[in-house]
Amino acid sequence: MRIEQHPILDFAPKKTIPFTYDGRPMAGREGDTVAAALHAAGVMKLSESIKKHRPRGFWCAIGNCSSCHMTVDGVPNVKTCVTPLVEGMDVRSQAGRGSLS
Amino acid sequence: MTRQELLVIGGGPAGLSAAIAAADAGAKVLLVDRAPMLGGQLVKQTHKFFGSEKQYAKTRGFDIAKLLIADVLQRSDRIETATGTTAVALYPDRVVTLVKGEQYRKVAADAVVIAAGASEKFLAFENNDLPGIYGAGAVQTLMNVYGVLPGKRILMIGSGNIGLIVSYQLMQAGVDVAAVVEAAPTIGGYKVHAAKLARLGVPILTSTTILRAEGKEAVEKAVTVGLDACWNPIPGTEQSHDVDAVCVAVGLSPLHQLVSMAGGKTAYIPELGGFAPLLTAEHETTLANVFCAGDAAGIEEASSAMVEGRLAGYAAAKRLGHAHPDYDALVADCHAQLDTLRNGPFGRKTLAGIEKMNEKLREACRLAQ
Repeated sequence: MRIEQHPILDFAPKKTIPFTYDGRPMAGREGDTVAAALHAAGVMKLSESIKKHRPRGFWCAIGNCSSCHMTVDGVPNVKTCVTPLVEGMDVRSQAGRGSLS
Repeated sequence: MTRQELLVIGGGPAGLSAAIAAADAGAKVLLVDRAPMLGGQLVKQTHKFFGSEKQYAKTRGFDIAKLLIADVLQRSDRIETATGTTAVALYPDRVVTLVKGEQYRKVAADAVVIAAGASEKFLAFENNDLPGIYGAGAVQTLMNVYGVLPGKRILMIGSGNIGLIVSYQLMQAGVDVAAVVEAAPTIGGYKVHAAKLARLGVPILTSTTILRAEGKEAVEKAVTVGLDACWNPIPGTEQSHDVDAVCVAVGLSPLHQLVSMAGGKTAYIPELGGFAPLLTAEHETTLANVFCAGDAAGIEEASSAMVEGRLAGYAAAKRLGHAHPDYDALVADCHAQLDTLRNGPFGRKTLAGIEKMNEKLREACRLAQ
């Protein structure tokens, strides 16, 4: 769900940035954060609550709330709402607190 | 550990203005922001600002960000910038720890200006954690920075200026706004913003709040309910809205945490949005040489944040031995601008909050003696 036309802002088509989400190939755009690219592709659920595994999307989009934590390139608890998307990134949903091992 | 004359934490309207003012007075500044770009929340403000020329009135927020960032870059001999850099701690001796990716470093600052901004307030209702429920700032970021739509049809909670402006911006981006709900009996924001929505046919439901969101993996519906004079839900007035997103615009709270962790005094002042640091007229906290400006000092808006930033920048530079040659006149002008900006119905609330804050500050000073 991208904005194609806007009365004030110019969202000219940008370079496509390929990445994977839970192993599935996806495409974002240059300048996206990881969460913005997923959202544009219709992925709303970014994480799960730790105890009850309730679905969580993002709430603040500026790195405050931790609702968008995912595992990116093997690193858990990445704030995907403020992490710029990079070509070839391996983005994965994360259940639980995440581990470095 | 490196030494730094002045460290400014936060690159939004307040922090950018503080850095510019301090550099003009002669201070060497390090300006840090955790976001990948400078500008803070100005970068997503597509509306034209009010106020006077000194606060860039009639200019769109994202254009104000460009002007301020250009002013900072022009002073690159005095201002060093570090984006993607989070200030994770402030200690009483003004040591600040900064994290950028895997790098961790310590900076011992002679003076600090905290311009960390605010966080969005949350609202308690059933299923308020479902994906598709966003803070108003998140909706603006998604739409206006990344060009991504938050949903097809949205319910707005809160009719303050942010709720009204973001509703209008949602319509501009092509999202249908099902309704704006407001728990109070009257619309919170400016009439001019509310009138724009009314012309577009968006209902503004006063004395109404959200009861619950419904949906499995994301929002599929939202149920609102009417409130009586005591703000209790009125049974039988439930209304179901077919929406795939809910936007919560019920206010902001100052990010006071850095001040608090260093032992600076704060007080709970509802008019300022929650816990706010106790500040002198020059915006110094109860910690020597630690200043605070913008929403982190109490929720207001970007115009006053810019003026407060300048004020704190001049004051911090003076403390470091860089008194601007026109210091008294510049500071008097900042105070005059703030008085003008607060000379309205919303200003009265801020002024009441500042009066409470001053009382708490006097109390804290008496206890310290």
